[in-house]
Formats: sequence, C-alpha cells, structure tokens
Amino acid sequence: MTTTRRQFIKIGALSAGSITLAGSYTWSKAASLLENKESPIRTPTYCEVCFWQCAGWVYKDEKGEIQKIIGNDEDPHCNGRFCPRGTGGVGQYSDTDRLKTPLIRTSKDGVDSFREADWDEALDYIAQRMKEIAAKHGPECAALFTHGSGGAHFGQMLKAFGSQSVTAPSFAQCRGPREVGFLTTFGDIIYSPERTDIRDTRCLVLIGSHIGENMHNGQIQEMSEAIDKGATIITVDPRFSTAASKSKFWLPIKPSTDMALLLAWMNVLIENGWYDKDYIARYAHGFEELKEHVKKYTPEWAYGITTIDPNVIRDTAREMYNASPAVIIHPGRHVTWYGDDTQRLRAVAILNALLGSWGRRGGFYNPEKAKVPDYPVPPFPVPKHMPTDAYNGKYKLANEVVSNGICDATIPTADRDCSYKIWFVNGTNLLAALPDQDQTKRAIDALELLVVVDTMPVEMTELADVVLPECSYLERYDMLRKSPHREPNIAIRVPAAEPKYNSKPADWIAKQLAEKLGLSAWFPWKNMEELLDWQLREIGSSLDEMKRIGVKKFPRKHDDLYFAPNEEIAFNTTTGKIELYSTDMEAEGFDPLPVYTAHEEPPEGFYRLIYGRAPMHTFSRTANNPNLTDIMDENSLWVNPKVAKIWGLKSGQYVKLKNQDDKLSTFSIKIRVTERIRWDSVYMVHGFGHNNTKLSRAHGRGINDTELITNVKVDPVMGGTGMRSNFVTFIVSNESTGKGAES
Amino acid sequence: MRYAMAVDTKKCVGCSDCVVACQTENKVPIGFCRDWVVEVTDGTYPQLEIEIRSERCNHCDNSPCVRCCPTGASHYADGGVVLVTHDMCIGCGACIASCPYDARYPHPDGYVDKCTFCLENRVQKGLNPACVSVCPTKCMYFGDLDDPNSSVSVILKKRKFKTLIPEAGTMPQLYFLI
Amino acid sequence: MNHLIDPNLHIWHWQIPLYLFAGGLAAGILFFAALNTILGRKEKYPVSVKLSPFIAPVLLIIGLSALFIDLNHKLYFWRLYTTIRLQSPMSWGAWTLMIITPLSFIWCGLNIKEILPKWDWKYKVLIDLEAFLRKYELVIAWLILIYALILGVYTGILFSAFNARPLWNTSILGPLFLTSGLSTAAAVIVLMSKSQLERHYFARIDLMLIGIEIFLIIHMFMGFLASTQVHIDAANLFLGGPYTTPFWLFVVSLGLVIPAILEILELLHYKMPAWIAPVLVLFGGLMFRFIIANAGQASRWLY
Ligand SMILES: Nc1nc2c(c(=O)[nH]1)N[C@H]1C(S)=C(S)[C@@H](COP(=O)(O)OP(=O)(O)OC[C@H]3O[C@@H](n4cnc5c(=O)[nH]c(N)nc54)[C@H](O)[C@@H]3O)O[C@H]1N2
Ligand SMILES: Nc1nc2c(c(=O)[nH]1)N[C@H]1C(S)=C(S)[C@@H](COP(=O)(O)OP(=O)(O)OC[C@H]3O[C@@H](n4cnc5c(=O)[nH]c(N)nc54)[C@H](O)[C@@H]3O)O[C@H]1N2
Ligand code: SF4
Ligand code: SF4
Ligand code: SF4
Ligand code: SF4
Ligand code: SF4
Ligand SMILES: [Mo]
Repeated sequence: MTTTRRQFIKIGALSAGSITLAGSYTWSKAASLLENKESPIRTPTYCEVCFWQCAGWVYKDEKGEIQKIIGNDEDPHCNGRFCPRGTGGVGQYSDTDRLKTPLIRTSKDGVDSFREADWDEALDYIAQRMKEIAAKHGPECAALFTHGSGGAHFGQMLKAFGSQSVTAPSFAQCRGPREVGFLTTFGDIIYSPERTDIRDTRCLVLIGSHIGENMHNGQIQEMSEAIDKGATIITVDPRFSTAASKSKFWLPIKPSTDMALLLAWMNVLIENGWYDKDYIARYAHGFEELKEHVKKYTPEWAYGITTIDPNVIRDTAREMYNASPAVIIHPGRHVTWYGDDTQRLRAVAILNALLGSWGRRGGFYNPEKAKVPDYPVPPFPVPKHMPTDAYNGKYKLANEVVSNGICDATIPTADRDCSYKIWFVNGTNLLAALPDQDQTKRAIDALELLVVVDTMPVEMTELADVVLPECSYLERYDMLRKSPHREPNIAIRVPAAEPKYNSKPADWIAKQLAEKLGLSAWFPWKNMEELLDWQLREIGSSLDEMKRIGVKKFPRKHDDLYFAPNEEIAFNTTTGKIELYSTDMEAEGFDPLPVYTAHEEPPEGFYRLIYGRAPMHTFSRTANNPNLTDIMDENSLWVNPKVAKIWGLKSGQYVKLKNQDDKLSTFSIKIRVTERIRWDSVYMVHGFGHNNTKLSRAHGRGINDTELITNVKVDPVMGGTGMRSNFVTFIVSNESTGKGAES
Repeated sequence: MRYAMAVDTKKCVGCSDCVVACQTENKVPIGFCRDWVVEVTDGTYPQLEIEIRSERCNHCDNSPCVRCCPTGASHYADGGVVLVTHDMCIGCGACIASCPYDARYPHPDGYVDKCTFCLENRVQKGLNPACVSVCPTKCMYFGDLDDPNSSVSVILKKRKFKTLIPEAGTMPQLYFLI
Repeated sequence: MNHLIDPNLHIWHWQIPLYLFAGGLAAGILFFAALNTILGRKEKYPVSVKLSPFIAPVLLIIGLSALFIDLNHKLYFWRLYTTIRLQSPMSWGAWTLMIITPLSFIWCGLNIKEILPKWDWKYKVLIDLEAFLRKYELVIAWLILIYALILGVYTGILFSAFNARPLWNTSILGPLFLTSGLSTAAAVIVLMSKSQLERHYFARIDLMLIGIEIFLIIHMFMGFLASTQVHIDAANLFLGGPYTTPFWLFVVSLGLVIPAILEILELLHYKMPAWIAPVLVLFGGLMFRFIIANAGQASRWLY
C-alpha cells in the first residue's frame, strides 16, 4: 500500500463530487418566508461550538446585541435546529473571561509572567523568532496543532513557511481508527458528518456511541426520526446511556471486550447464513478466510469475555439480519479506546459488509461534497522532512498527521534530527485533548517558541510564549463550509458583530504574520470578503447571495446516493473489492482479519475510568460558557451503588481520584451514585476540571479526565491513543469543594 | 381555543436545548429558567429504565397561582395560557409558593416570571414556542386542543400520556407521552 | 422538582413569618380589647382594653413594613388596592390590614386621654373628634372584633391556601395560627398588666389557648400521617426530619409546654418571675411561624 494512493483517495473522493455550475439552485422560498416572520436583522454563520458545523442565523435584539442563534432551515447538518451547545453559542461571544489582547511571556527575576502587547508587537516578535529558529533548524521544525476553522488560515501560513506538519486531535484522539478501519475495508472513509443513513434505517447498532449525549446534531435528529419509524436500536455500552434507554436491546458489556462481541456476531451471521450472499459474492474479498476465522468465536465463547448472554447475541444478530441492508453497525466517532481500535473498527466494517449496508438505503449512503476552487497561490515550498518522517516506521496506515506522533517527535532524542522547535496551537487545548499530560509538557519544554491562538484563557495559554486572542466565530468570517452530505452544499460564516476587546479573526492574524514573514504571495487577497466572493463567483454564487441565504445546495452529479441493484463497483482498495480480508493490513504486518486480544483489567480497589460527553458541553471549550454552565457547571463521577456502599460514598460528596500510576487529580469531583454504571467502572464527562484561575466559572470545577490518562495504548496501525486503560481509586477526605450538594 | 403542549418522553434525550433556547429567545437571566429537564431512573443494573421530561409551567386550567395572586397580575390569557402582567405584579411570591410544579421564579427585575408558551412573541405570530422549534429530537408538540388537527391533538389521540400530579387538581395542560 | 431554580424557590424569608407573627399578635390584642369592651369589662381589664392596644398599630406597621420589604416589585405596591381578589389570601390580608390599621389608630385615639391624662389638648377639633368617636365606641369595638378575627384567621389561611405545599395544606393551620395569635396576645397582656386579677385572668386564657394549640398540633400530625405520602413526608419533616429539633424544642417545649407548666404553677401561687412564661410564649409563637414558613417551602409534591 502506498501513501500516495491514500492521498489520491481523499482528493479523488472530493472531485468525484464536483458540481456543475449551471445547475445550481436558487435559494428557497421557505427561507425568505422565515426571514419575514422573524426579525430582519440576521447574519448567517455556521457553528463552531463543535465540528458538526451546523449553519444558522445570528439574531440581534433591539439594542444591537447578539441575542440568539437559530438553525438554518435549509441546512442538511441541522435542519433548522441547533443543539444546546450551538444555541448556547452566544455565551462563547459574551463570556467576559475571554482573552482580550495579545500577551507575551516575560521573565523578570526568574518569575514568568505575561505582558500585554499590541498586535504589531506580538506578531513582529513571533515573525522574528520564527525566522531565527528556522535559520537554525529549517522551517520544517514548525508544527501546527489546530482544531476548527482557524486551521485553514494558519495551515496556509505554515505551508508557505515551509512545513507540512499540520495536525488535529480529531484524528489520532478521535475518529482516526474508524477512518482507517473503513478505508482498508471499503476503500473510503466515513467523513464528518457521518455518511450513516440513520433516518431510513431499520436497525441501528450503537457500540459505545452515545448519541443523545454525543449531540452531533444530524445524528440525533435522524435517530429520533428512526425511533418514530419504529427502527430497532441496539446499544452496546457498559453504562446505561441515554441511547441505551431508548433501545430495544441494551447489551451491558464488560468494557474493553467489544471485539469478542463483534466476532461472535460475525460467527452467528455466517453460521446461520444471515448475510447478504449476493452482495458478498459480488463485492467482497476474503469471505472464506473470514468464515474460517470466526468459526471459533461462538456466542458462548464471547459470553465468558463480554458477560453478554449468548441468546442475546443471537437475537440481536437476527434483528440486524432481518433489517438488512437497512442496518447500521455504527462506526462511532471517538474510537481511540484500547489500542487495537483500528482492528475493532475493521470488525465493525466487516459486519456492515456482511449485512450489505454499505451503499444501501438505511445503511451508509455515498456522500458528495460541493467543489469550490481554491484562490490561486504559488505552489508551497517542498519541505525537507514530511511530518510522517517524525514517526518514521510507525503508524503506516495513518491517513492524516498523527498529533501525538508530532508531540513525541518534539522531544529530542539522540537518533532524531527532525525535532520540532516551534508549535502553533490553534483552537485545541492540548492538555485536555492529548492524553499523558507529562509527555505533552515535556515536548513543550523542548520548544523554542510556542504560540497559542485561543479565545479563552485555558491550560495551553498558560504555557505559551505568545498568546494571540482570536475573536469568537460570531465575530468573523471563515472559509466556506463544504462538508460532504446527501446533497452537496456550502455554508458561509459572516461576522454578526465587531470583534470584542482587542481580539482578531484567525484569517487576519495569519495574513498579518505571513506578511511579516515575507510570505504575502500566499495571501494575495485583500480580505476574507474578497477571497470568499471570488470563490463563490467561481461556483455561480456571490458573497451577497450567501449573506442572504447562508446555505446553498447543489444537485448531485450522479444519482448515486446508494448503489444501484447489481451495479458493478470498483472499490478503492488494492483488490477493488470490499476487503473482509485486508491486504493493506497484511502488507504492513498487521492482522488481516481482526482478532480478539484481552486488555488490562482494573487492579483490586480500582475502577476503569470511562468518559464521554454531556449534551450541553463540548470537550473543554464550553466549560466556562455562561449559558451552558448555567445548566451544568461541573462533571460528576458516576458510581454504582454497590461500589458506593463499599466506599461509603454518598451522592453529592466530593472525592479526589488517583490512578494506577499514582497520579492524583488536581481537583475533587462530585459523586453521583447511580445504577446506570457498571460496578467495575466509573464514568465522567470529559472537559471539566480547568485549572486556569482566569476562568471564573470553570476553574476548579470537577476533574479533568485527561490528567488521569497516563497509560496510553497507542494503536500501531495509525497512531491512535487508546485512553480507556486507566484505573482510578477514590481519595476520600472531609474537604468539600464546588457548589455543594444538589440532586 | 385551548393551547397545550405534549412532550414525548420516549424521544426526549434530556439535552436541555429547550432550556437554552428559551433563555436566549425570552432573555431569561442566567441563573433562572422557565423550563428544565427531569430525569428519573428506575431499577437496578442492568434492568433499568429512565424517563426524561422537559418540564415547564403546565398552564393549568385550574391554576392556584392565578387564584392566589392578590393583584390579578397572574391571569389566564388567550387560549388559557397563564401569564403574568409585569407592571401589575408586586412580587409578593404567593404564586411561587402556590405552584406545585415549581414553575415560577422571581425575575431580578422584581416581577415573577415563568413560561409564557411564547404566546405573544411567537405563537401569535404563527411560530411554535422557542423550545418546541429548537428541539433536535422533535419530541415536543404544541397547538390548540380545540382544533382536532393540531399537532398536539393528533399526537394525544395516538399515544398514551400522563400529566404531572393530577391529584393536585390543577388540570395541567402539559402532557407527557409515555 | 425544578433543580435548576430550586435555590430560588425558597421565596419567603424572615419577612413573611414576621409579618404573620406581628399580624397575629396585633389581631389578638385588638380582639381582646374589643371583646372586653363589648362585654363591658373595660375597667376590670384596663391593660387589655386601653394600654395594650397601643402596641397594635406599631405591630401592624412592623408587619406591613415586613410585607413591603418582602415584595420584589415594590413600586407596584399600590396594585394591591386596585382590585379585590376573593380567592387570594394575600388580597384579603392587604385589605384587612388596610381597614384594621386605621381602626387600631382610632382605638388608640380613644384611649390616649386616659393614658396621658396630663396632655394638653390644644385643638378643639380633636376634642370634638374624640367625643364623636366615643359615641360610636361600641360600633368601633364590633368592627375591630370582626376584623381582628379575620386578620387572625388570615395569618393561618395565607399558608393553608397553598395546596402546593403539603405541610401548609391543612385546614387546621388557620385555627392554629389564630389560637397562637390570641395566646401571644394574652401573653403580652400578662406581661404589661400590673393587676393580679387581670394577669391571672389572661394567664388562664393563655393556658386554655395553649391547650387548644397542643390539641390542634396533635390533630394536625394525625391528619398528615393518615393522608397521602406527600403529607406523611411533610409530617416527617418534624418527625425525624430536619425540623424535628427546632419544632419540638422551641415551639412545643419552650413555647407551649413549659410556659403552660409555669402558668399553672403561678396560678397555684408559686412565686416565680412572672415574665418568664409570657416571654416564652411570645418566643414560641415567633419560632412557630418561622418554622412553618420554612418547612412548608421545603415540603413538596412527589412526581
Ligand atoms: N481525556 C479525553 N481526551 C480527549 C477526548 C476525551 O473524550 N477525553 N476526546 C477527544 C476528541 S474526540 C477530540 S475531537 C479532541 C478535541 O480536542 P479539542 O478540540 O482540542 O478540545 P478542547 O478541549 O475543547 O479545546 C478547544 C480549545 O479551543 C478553544 N477555542 C474555542 N473556540 C475557538 C475559536 O473560535 N478560535 C480559537 N482559536 N480557539 C477556540 C477553546 O477555548 C479551547 O481551549 O479531544 C480528544 N481528547
Ligand atoms: N455534546 C457533545 N457532543 C459531542 C461532542 C462533545 O464534546 N459534546 N464531541 C463530538 C466528538 S468530536 C466526538 S468524537 C463524539 C464522541 O462521541 P462517541 O463516539 O459517541 O463517544 P465515545 O467516547 O466513543 O463513547 C462514549 C461512550 O462509550 C461508552 N464506553 C466506554 N467504554 C466502553 C467500552 O469498552 N465499550 C463500549 N461498547 N462502550 C464503552 C461510555 O459509557 C460512553 O457512553 O461526540 C461528538 N459529539
Ligand atoms: S451540533 Fe451543536 S455544537 Fe455542533 S455545530 Fe451543530 S449546533 Fe453547533
Ligand atoms: S430539547 Fe427536546 S430532547 Fe432536548 S431536553 Fe428539550 S425536549 Fe428533550
Ligand atoms: S404550573 Fe404552576 S405556574 Fe403554571 S399555571 Fe400551573 S400553578 Fe400556575
Ligand atoms: S408575585 Fe406577582 S404574580 Fe405572583 S402572586 Fe404576587 S402579584 Fe401575583
Ligand atoms: S414555551 Fe416559550 S416560554 Fe415556555 S418554556 Fe418554551 S420557550 Fe420558554
Ligand atoms: Mo472527536
């Protein structure tokens, strides 16, 4: 397998969905009706509170203050309805704790502090340091960690500077294993928004995917629609998640044993002939090998491992088959759990293949993306090292840059000459996003320049040499949203207000810095308005039109949302088939068929730390949002009543936690005694326990799960950081912090 | 005309979007709310059930809050919606104490505030209440019970439902589909 | 069950119980003054008829002020008097106070000459007015008697009208608060009076009232415990719950039982400081209202 083919696939998938300019729709009448009903002062945006990127309208009140954000009815990501975080997005703008002005680290008598600076000074300083460091180590020693819209602007700047090391936690800490698992099986990835055809499914299988708490908007909307239509939901989760409570079957699995269940399901489907024989015969490669391979993985075998009743395994397999091909074994999204995650997601992909759901209505549709040309700029300089050189020999099947790979490679070793010296960190709070904080801090210690672009004072900004305050997404333009969907579409973000304080949009910051670095050739546009208008005119729209409609849909080029009956399809894999037996995995020395491996178990007196989402918060980025903290202002620790009894714990009481490596939590967390969690695990919502005192609402509220994740199981296939092999015990003291008991 | 709302506990995921949307739409001050989410867990692991309800003022047909109000600030408006006239309210708190559902709160500006079914700012303009129109699971239904074709009448005919504390005799007009 | 606004639900703090205590006490005092006037015992019980009513307007003003302080939207206070809401106890209270407060002033006016005999009445109008009112003394006494009763009952009804708070939702609360108001009024008269006749008379009344109160309290708990779960829960606030100690110690023991014993002893002519029992009764009465106000707001329907 070659990397070039992977890159081709990514780009290829996009150009396959290129749009015809002539056939573009005019904006719908419904939108104009709505405009008349609601107040006329509205600005289009797409949401940045998470990466579902719903398009909506920002409304102001009589005083001209931003009052509310409402979904755009035309938007396929949200269908006119935002999730609580998007609705509460006003708080991202109105939070008075926001970063207000650029800050430069100064050292006086050995004591570090920040001094306020104006933009010119801060950017001059960065440009000068970048030039000095690049002169010593080459421009390749600069890396960009980014999550969110700013990445496009800073990425442009970094690539022009001479480095391709642009990485995001949304790969190796998030969806990486599923993309690689599906890429190696079907030759294509899942994308965001997921190509799952939930609204038409008859059976939805959620494996640790906690839709309903995970508020990715389109999925929750479609799941609700599926419930209405009577679809069966099967949820596999050690915790009685919200989704589990809506399910016909809840499989309360012992954590870390999902692979056994998946293999047993395959066994049942194949042994009973409950699979799509025509589909498999027509499209699949390696069925006989798979059949042979899963023979031994009987439901009885899985029972001993997963604690799931063999009859339930059979019954659920039958449900899936009866619904097939309108069945979805959901690939999940945050899937970096135990280090064999790509293999687990391969198993998920294989199950979907057996049931023939890929390319089928109610299974996985074929998404299409609107094609928007880039503003022409000179080719980027070719770097001496590619980012993959940083972790040379490892993570061979990674199809994006591995953030932890870059982080590790920043720490100098005797045999490495490509250590990173400059980090740009934009819109990602690495001390919450990357596991093993000590490793992250060691890397940061080795840097010569750390620039952090953020909207809030967080853990990362405290470590920065220069802090650059970005304005919120409601105060800026960004690049067009053009995610793949059932219908190709684009959405625009237009500032609804002037940037508050002395904050600036990422595009401006990147362009200014590029100019100071002598890279203006790569930023030839005057401003975002010019850039966007140019792009939009290329596809038969304009900035003016988009300001009026916010979202524009384009017709699909082919009527290929699903495979046609008996259609011949060339899959983008080595064999051109759906690879039940993966030749790519085999070529790189990994198991071509997924196998079960046992994972670490909690030692005596310890409990597995599992974590997830609360519907009203996004990671650590909303923990200080005034609107959202009003609803939930700290995380709590879910403890089974049996465990609570042993430890004498009561709901409302605060405890600290210590993990297997003796790492003690900085803050305390409130106990929530609940039957909804297994007795061998405890659960908390990720994103709390901020230790930056400048966060008036979030500081000291709850525990940051990341600091307890020191045992990281790296997936050898693509570098994903498995984070669920950490075990904690309670440190009970009389001390009580937080808001006090509340039910 | 009788306005009413139904919430499907089988679809509600307890996300609180309805709460946030109400806050931004109706400028409910931070720290207060006109609607809220209740989650009740039953059973022991792994035999469990949860009921999730988005609650608000029940716009009771026989409402103690209207009865106990000394000034007439709390009153029945169009379609039986219970409203508070701000400049008639003296903030005595009697209605807060009288509501078995804890649906009212003292607004920092002095008067007592609560869910209005978005009557004046949305419903009378032909829009759904803010909470109903934002709900990602579309689990809320609003409309006129006297109109057999309204979404709320239709769903109440189709599904089993309950009201909260019927024994309190308040005749609530917020229905929970079960 | 609205956990998000729970902290704000405890809407009534010290003002309302103080208002109710002052109102109940004033009602009791005025009641005794009017009753003894009507029964022609003006001279027999002079403190009750002439002296103690001077506290009534003060108490009413304290009560009204407490109510006013409690209002969150004070500028609209006058709205109370643009309408009469027969179903609203608050409205009843506001109107009753509106009537009884001037009556209490009038009563004081009637008696001021006797209290301050040396005061020089400069203006003839005042003398004429006094003479005029004197003519209608009995009518006024009847009015006061009626409104004092309404006020006394009202202080109990205010709470018991709230179906939403199971603890308050009992018809016993009205008579109970009325009795308690009368009992505290009797205690005040005992405190103020120097005549043993009057003191003993009111001590006996007080004793009887305390007896009724204890009876009503027992009755109330029996009623709760025989009722629905929410009422049982409400009773349990006092039977093992957070209000157990304050209620049984301050209200029942210190406020009712001990003063009753002391008063019996006093009536049996044991010598002891005469102020202790009435002060305890007053203290108990005040605590009673605070505890019922707070516990009532903590009691709620289950759902
Ligand atoms: N322990 C643990 N670690 C995890 C996860 C977990 O569940 N548990 N989840 C993983 C997953 S799935 C993901 S996708 C990643 C997410 O990782 P991140 O996206 O890095 O998550 P956040 O912690 O929210 O950090 C976002 C930062 O961006 C800032 N920010 C918000 N808006 C803007 C903006 O408009 N401009 C700029 N410049 N900054 C902005 C916020 O203030 C915050 O500091 O985390 C991964 N890491
Ligand atoms: N509200 C909200 N929604 C979000 C986000 C957010 O921050 N806030 N972030 C978005 C992003 S970037 C992502 S990646 C997704 C993540 O959302 P998902 O992909 O749904 O998240 P996971 O972290 O994989 O799943 C968490 C669930 O896994 C269960 N679990 C833990 N261990 C195991 C196990 O061993 N086996 C099984 N079967 N289950 C287990 C937990 O109990 C929990 O219910 O959410 C997205 N949606
Ligand atoms: S799912 Fe919610 S937070 Fe994410 S983009 Fe959409 S509205 Fe915003
Ligand atoms: S918005 Fe809808 S799903 Fe979310 S809590 Fe409210 S009613 Fe439930
Ligand atoms: S729910 Fe409460 S506030 Fe609403 S009408 Fe009924 S009693 Fe009044
Ligand atoms: S607080 Fe206002 S609305 Fe409530 S009872 Fe008093 S006057 Fe009426
Ligand atoms: S109907 Fe309107 S006022 Fe009532 S809870 Fe919903 S949004 Fe708020
Ligand atoms: Mo993610």
